Amino acid sequence: MGLLERLRASTVWPMMWKEFLQLRRDRLTLGILLGIPAVQLMLFGYAIQTEVRHLPTVVLDEARSGESRALIAALFNTGNFDHAGDVTDRAEIARRIGRGDARAAIVVPADYTRNLKRGRPALAQVIVDAADPLASSAAISAATMAGNARAMELVRRRGAPGLPIEVRVRPWYNPTLRSSVYIVPGIIGVLLTMTMVIITAMAVVRERERGTLEQLVVTPISRLGIMLGKLVPFLGIGLVQISVILLLGRVLFAIPIRGSLVVLYGVGLFFIAASLGVGLLVSTAVRTQGQAMQLGFFYMLPNILLSGFMFPREAMPAPAQWLGALLPLTYFLEVLRGVLLKGVGLEALWPQALALVAFSAVTLTVSVRRFHKTIE
Amino acid sequence: MSDLAIETHALRRVFGALVAVDGLDLAVRRGEVLGLLGPNGSGKTTTIRMLTGLLQPSAGTATVAGIDITRDPEGVRRRIGYMCQRFGLYDDLTVEENLRFYAELYGLRGAAGAARREQVLEEGGLASRRRQLAGTLSGGWKQRLALACAIAHEPALVFLDEPTAGVDPASRRAFWQRIGALAALGTTIVVTTHYMDEAERCARLVLLARGRLIAEGPPDGIPARFGAATLEDVFVDLQAAEAT
Repeated sequence: MGLLERLRASTVWPMMWKEFLQLRRDRLTLGILLGIPAVQLMLFGYAIQTEVRHLPTVVLDEARSGESRALIAALFNTGNFDHAGDVTDRAEIARRIGRGDARAAIVVPADYTRNLKRGRPALAQVIVDAADPLASSAAISAATMAGNARAMELVRRRGAPGLPIEVRVRPWYNPTLRSSVYIVPGIIGVLLTMTMVIITAMAVVRERERGTLEQLVVTPISRLGIMLGKLVPFLGIGLVQISVILLLGRVLFAIPIRGSLVVLYGVGLFFIAASLGVGLLVSTAVRTQGQAMQLGFFYMLPNILLSGFMFPREAMPAPAQWLGALLPLTYFLEVLRGVLLKGVGLEALWPQALALVAFSAVTLTVSVRRFHKTIE
Repeated sequence: MSDLAIETHALRRVFGALVAVDGLDLAVRRGEVLGLLGPNGSGKTTTIRMLTGLLQPSAGTATVAGIDITRDPEGVRRRIGYMCQRFGLYDDLTVEENLRFYAELYGLRGAAGAARREQVLEEGGLASRRRQLAGTLSGGWKQRLALACAIAHEPALVFLDEPTAGVDPASRRAFWQRIGALAALGTTIVVTTHYMDEAERCARLVLLARGRLIAEGPPDGIPARFGAATLEDVFVDLQAAEAT
């Protein structure tokens, strides 16, 4: 008997069919499941974009020359800095950034023009409030690029050897920087974790709350039948969610897809399965949909904070890193970023892929074991 | 297989400190309609849940259709039908979809399955409502559908836990006619009820109070044993005794 015939003869098949019918009728849940990717991407994506642009910036121009004004204009032209007034000394820069009404400062020292004229490296400084790494990273790269562009222009005009200007960037408060492109692929993983864990947990608990589980478990349906029947439709939803974010991320935020989509979807399938397994585990531990929701959100928190989605894991204390290593999302984020941004494949990502296979096997096995066909 | 559809010995179930069923000995013949009667909390539902494999007994043994319920619960499940107290079907599926789902879980598929489903729909008078969502049915229709789903696979035994709660008199009468027809075909029926007119339709009654069997026999013999005029008087006295 082929696999398909065996599936059709088993109790998994009617269960899957039933779940599909119910999902199709539940327009609200379906809408949320498919709408969440778009909304989240907009929220994260555009919040990042508007943050990196238009940082209120104070200027300390000690050189007060045509050259220094040209450099300052070039920096403002990048669109990352908005002129928020001039200051007269460095202490005032610290005060204004500390207060928060300036997020960046441009400092052109008094010797800037003199050094430039004598062919010595002319130094200028851009100070960025990097407490929010998302906001600062783009500003920093923009400042560096603007400085280099200005230097190249001078080189072309005067034929001076070497780059005459160096814009040095000082990220304050947070020396480890991450770019916005880093965040968006991660949204795929965070979103899948959220929807797969919470929605599956609630789908199982709903049957218990409504009393339909009592009627269901007196039939000869197998435990595996109930669990797999619940999972398979959500597996499909998860794949659609990945596609929606990839598509929107590409169109709206020009997120690169440098590696193989086959690898991404293949590993993604195991990540979805692992998340569904966690959702089923949650469902075996709670009695009401409200509890399922709470436990689901409780699970989300370490995922957002410790997986490396927002903060680099390398910078975390060891116990936080160990905790992060217990989350499937940690591995999937590395796969997402590896495939999308670095263009690497399984030759580099096989340890992460293997970890996700193990996670899905363990969570699914344990949850099926924990599920009993009784109503105690 | 013996002549008994159900046989229990010293069946017991505790929930923490509460003894819900206490040393129940029960013997139900094949094709019998047995009524389980008793005030709330007397152990009727717990008994049915143990016999259908929904609860594990704390002690004692029970065989259903000749099969030990703790050793082979799946074997029991294949041979029984069950209607729970609450409507346990899917509100967001139609009459036909609910029936098809349950029939397929019992392996009723393909052309034979479709024919059987059609027959059950006809017998239950549900054919005209086949495309209606179960959630929009009234109590009487929901009960018809639940019964249809419980008997589609032609089980040897059917357990009905307060099947007619919240159902109008006409539907109740129709329901008991269906039960009578099933019993005539040899199906064993175990039913709990609060309605005395329904209890009187059973071939035999088992009275439970505080988890114990306190009387059994045909409905017309029971009142005399308690020195009461009617079955209802017995029931009211039992309930009053519970309250003290």
